[in-house]
Amino acid sequence: MNWTFFHKLGSPKWFYDISGKWLPWLQVSSLVLILVALVWGLAFTPPDYLQGNSYRIIFIHVPASFLAQSIYMMMATAAAVTLIWRIKLADMALKVMAPVGASFCILSLVTGAIWGQPTWGTWWVWDARLTSMLILLFLYIGIIALRGAIHTTEAAAKACAILSLVGVVNIPIIKFSVDWWNTLHQGATLKLTEKPSMAPEMLWPLLLAILGFYLFFTMVTVLRLRIEIISRERKTRWVKELVS
Amino acid sequence: MVRGGKMFRVDQPSMRGFSACLALIRRDLTLTFRSPGQAINPMAFFLMVATLFPLGIAPDREVLSELAAGIIWIGALLAVLLSLDSLFKSDQDDGALDQLLMSPHPLPLLVLAKVFSHWLTSGFCLTLMAPLLAIMLHLPSEAFSPLMMTLLLGTPVLSLAGAIGAALTVKVQRGGVLLTLLSLPLYIPVLIFATGAVSAAMQNMPYTGHILWLSVFLILGICLAPLAIAGALRVINE
Repeated sequence: MNWTFFHKLGSPKWFYDISGKWLPWLQVSSLVLILVALVWGLAFTPPDYLQGNSYRIIFIHVPASFLAQSIYMMMATAAAVTLIWRIKLADMALKVMAPVGASFCILSLVTGAIWGQPTWGTWWVWDARLTSMLILLFLYIGIIALRGAIHTTEAAAKACAILSLVGVVNIPIIKFSVDWWNTLHQGATLKLTEKPSMAPEMLWPLLLAILGFYLFFTMVTVLRLRIEIISRERKTRWVKELVS
Repeated sequence: MVRGGKMFRVDQPSMRGFSACLALIRRDLTLTFRSPGQAINPMAFFLMVATLFPLGIAPDREVLSELAAGIIWIGALLAVLLSLDSLFKSDQDDGALDQLLMSPHPLPLLVLAKVFSHWLTSGFCLTLMAPLLAIMLHLPSEAFSPLMMTLLLGTPVLSLAGAIGAALTVKVQRGGVLLTLLSLPLYIPVLIFATGAVSAAMQNMPYTGHILWLSVFLILGICLAPLAIAGALRVINE
């Protein structure tokens, strides 16, 4: 098999050049998708028979929760790549993804609290899913703090990679928390292996919103990654030529 | 038998991995007994935390017996965390850590020995002290054996998981707060299952499931944590 694309992908300069071409597409498509999904979800879907209009926050809550968990998995993957193949770009990705993941985690917790107030009558319960999501936020904060505490880039990269890999043990706990513990949080509505238990007129805008959020995340990450590349490679010739 | 100055050396090629581990454990225990504060401080801290709760909340028998397991577990968790800061730091300061890194024996095995001796001087002592606190906090007698079982299974996990954080922060100035931040997310599952077992026992319900989960954490910790600790130490000292 030809692995040149993989090596190319690991080169900061190549990534900087190619991602410049992706950016406009990512920006337009993510904004359009999120706009369509939110307008559709907030204005045109029928109210839920049980929860009335309050369920509409699902169009922000579910994509944010999905992202909070999958960004962590992406960070863990980047961590493994950093440790095994020592690709610099993977560590840059790990670094720039952490605050984005933490933000989505906070968004998920906040929208969950806002949703919980009318439906459960409380802002917060010590339920398994909520608690494990909070732990995920602590993990993100820990990784960001560790990066800030170690001054040499090389050592910080590997230390953060190890910590990200260790934290993966929490992900299955979050994933299965609603199945293992009988708690207040509802079970998963969307599963890859089963037919969704949602009405199609609610499902479609939700799927669109999830796709839009993922594209938005990709755009933000690419933007942050480009800045990180420029600042870390500032001593190289191509960056000097680019800037001058 | 190795004695005197030789006892502290684990870098001799003639030594087998296992005897190097034994020497390391003996060295760490000797060091602890020479400055007993290292082992006594966490226990005093444990006792004081447990004293603060009745004063801060209510000295009622019923309230306390409800809270006892949680108080004991949180006290143990914080005490272990407190003692972890010096796990690799004192070795880093006197150069013993470099010897460890250069030794011909597998580093994960050596750090496992270090974590074991740390557990003996922190978690194990705390477990031995727990019945005293349990009586002080009016823990119902049927909850005693699950409490001891969860402490015996859970405190080694605290040492193992915390040692990863201690290894990552060994070069960080005043890394204590950071160590807390890194370790606590890993401690929360242990805390949940441990206190879950005790409260299940207090309601006369089976708690085998909780105990089995703690055993899973312990086995996973023994298998995987030494690799992470050794990796972290190598990375930080490169």
